[in-house]
Amino acid sequence: MRLKHKDLLGLEYLDKEEINLILETSRPFKELFTRSVKKVPPLRGKTVVLLFYEPSTRTRTSFELAAKRLSADVLNISASTSSVAKGESLIDTAKTLEAMKADFVVIRHSMAGAPQILARTISACIINAGDGTHEHPTQGLLDMFTIWEKKGRLSGLKVGIVGDILHSRVARSNIWGLNKMGARVYVVGPATLIPPRIEDMGVKVYYDLDEIIDELDVVNVLRIQVERQKENLFPSLREYNEIFGITEERLKRAKGDLLVMHPGPMNRGIEISSSVADSSRSVITEQVTNGIAVRMAVLYLLAGGDSQAVTK
Amino acid sequence: MKSIIRNGRVVDPKNKIDKKVDVLIENGKIAKIGESSQFRPGDVTRSTVTIDAQGKVVTPGLIDMHTHLREPGREDEETIASGTRAAAQGGFTSICCMPNTEPVIDSVSGVKFILATASQEGVVNVYPIGSITKGQKGEELAEIGKMRIAGIVGISDDGKPVMNAQIMRRTLEYAKMFNLPIISHCEDLNLSLDGVMNEGFTSTVLGLKGIPRQAEEIMVARDIALAELTGGKLHLAHITTRRSVELIRQAKKKKISVTCETAPHYFSLSEEDVRGYNTNTKVNPPLRTKDDIEALCEGLADGTIDCIASDHAPHLDEEKDLEYNIAPFGIIGLETMVPLILTNLVSKKILSLDQAIAKLTVNPANILGLEKGTLSIGSDADLTIIDLNLKKKIGSQFTSQSKNSPFIGMELGGFPVATIVGGKVVMKDGKLI
Repeated sequence: MRLKHKDLLGLEYLDKEEINLILETSRPFKELFTRSVKKVPPLRGKTVVLLFYEPSTRTRTSFELAAKRLSADVLNISASTSSVAKGESLIDTAKTLEAMKADFVVIRHSMAGAPQILARTISACIINAGDGTHEHPTQGLLDMFTIWEKKGRLSGLKVGIVGDILHSRVARSNIWGLNKMGARVYVVGPATLIPPRIEDMGVKVYYDLDEIIDELDVVNVLRIQVERQKENLFPSLREYNEIFGITEERLKRAKGDLLVMHPGPMNRGIEISSSVADSSRSVITEQVTNGIAVRMAVLYLLAGGDSQAVTK
Repeated sequence: MKSIIRNGRVVDPKNKIDKKVDVLIENGKIAKIGESSQFRPGDVTRSTVTIDAQGKVVTPGLIDMHTHLREPGREDEETIASGTRAAAQGGFTSICCMPNTEPVIDSVSGVKFILATASQEGVVNVYPIGSITKGQKGEELAEIGKMRIAGIVGISDDGKPVMNAQIMRRTLEYAKMFNLPIISHCEDLNLSLDGVMNEGFTSTVLGLKGIPRQAEEIMVARDIALAELTGGKLHLAHITTRRSVELIRQAKKKKISVTCETAPHYFSLSEEDVRGYNTNTKVNPPLRTKDDIEALCEGLADGTIDCIASDHAPHLDEEKDLEYNIAPFGIIGLETMVPLILTNLVSKKILSLDQAIAKLTVNPANILGLEKGTLSIGSDADLTIIDLNLKKKIGSQFTSQSKNSPFIGMELGGFPVATIVGGKVVMKDGKLI
């Protein structure tokens, strides 16, 4: 089985079988990390461009490691978003990469739809590494992989996503993916940070975490950005922490095996307390490891790799 | 100099004509209308030019009361020369141009520049709209009376709203003296903020910042209240939502002096068309929902919506070929307006042909106080000939200097085939003359 599109633009565009394929393919790649030599040859001779218009350490290094462990050549291009409006246009940059014969372009951009522009302009495989408030499909995949590994399934699980849903591409990718895999998704956050008609994406909206905390199998905690306070979306970080912060106290009523996730980087003491972040429930550092495996699987499958012969 | 248009179906809503008659043009004026048998031998001589309109519809020259010609300032996007040619191509004999140029048309010199350039380089009639406030800053009234004397037919800060209700009140009061319509761009900027598309499910899915419909509706309601207060002549530009239509319908029932227009893209496309992030769908106000389209159609049919205007807003490829967030708002419309109306409204029996033509002729003429939009004897010989059966795919080449159209590739039915301005044929068989 193979992926149906040349690009990975979002989890909205994948079906259940494709998501399963990526998750299944991620597992042998993760096993590879326990070996002393962590490199395999499938992408030898291929060029992967990491085109980052937004600062990102975690996602960029994760993709870089994933590509290198598949023996690809990796080229890093960082551009500041401020130059987007006046500098070289995205389409011209895309044509330059096409001329350089890049096989993959991994793009991170502050504006929704930027990967679509690339995908319709050039023939390279485009991987969306986060576009504005639209999607972050590999984060969604690694979150699902993490849950799947820990719980042995996705179907029927109750997953809460807590925080700034409005500005979160991670939330959107998780919602698309988890719904397709049969999980039930709850979004929890201040009313001002819940996007309009999000219910139509197949989620339930809560403004009070305590109302459902005891039912959840997983809680995925989103980073809250202090800038939102200036836009009058909530009055203060202290108030946010009081109402939505994930603390030991709040988790007393949770299931014993509740998983706590966070896409990082964390604001300790604001959306999540240090004691929860470092507790046995937390799989936050494992998400980082899984991210590399999932991104390897994505690169490998988009290159036309066969899921049967992954690490041979 | 005489010419005669023979064998066409003449539709003149002002004079309630819809029948097969010939139209005689003499010295740039309509000289006679009647069946062939009613013409005396002297009416048509050997030197009379005959235009055969067999199987076609002949209407008063169409009027587009809302265009952006970009001159002065952005002649790379459009000029008065190219914009009027696009108008002729699209079947329009008269157009109004909005004052949000660089510099803003907020003084007599600007108005004179537009009129002089149009008379030298234009191929259709151009009626300038002056700004409401100096520099369209929304702070101080422009010299509305002096601009009126120089030739403006309306005032507008289009592109921007007049956010200050006190200034809007004064404007509505003051402009009454000149019987000038105040063309209001309804948008509460605090609500629309940096939104780029309609707020709703699609904006949530696409991760694009939404503009709530209330940003328009609140200003529609405010302006209607101020029109009631002042008795000023209010015209609401590019109406897009169900509630806007309802508010205007109620206001008209209460005999408040309000008229309005919508644009073809608002009843032809919806927010769904933004999927794929095609920046040619980025327009302000934004494309709305299927429910709004239904309400617009109802409003068009019952007369709540008086006119259809293009809001022709040219932008260069390099400006539009950007990320959705930073591409400019605007769609060109002069060359696609007639086929969109015929395909999406007349063919679907939402409007009769007579109703549709009224919204492009007598209605805008009445709002603007123009002696245009009719085929009355003695009026200017501005005419449009339309082939209702001509089917074409919209190509990527336009007479306009810009090609930011979301309709490229769409097959439409019903196109203008001749445009006649003051008795002079400026477009025939789809080609400019």
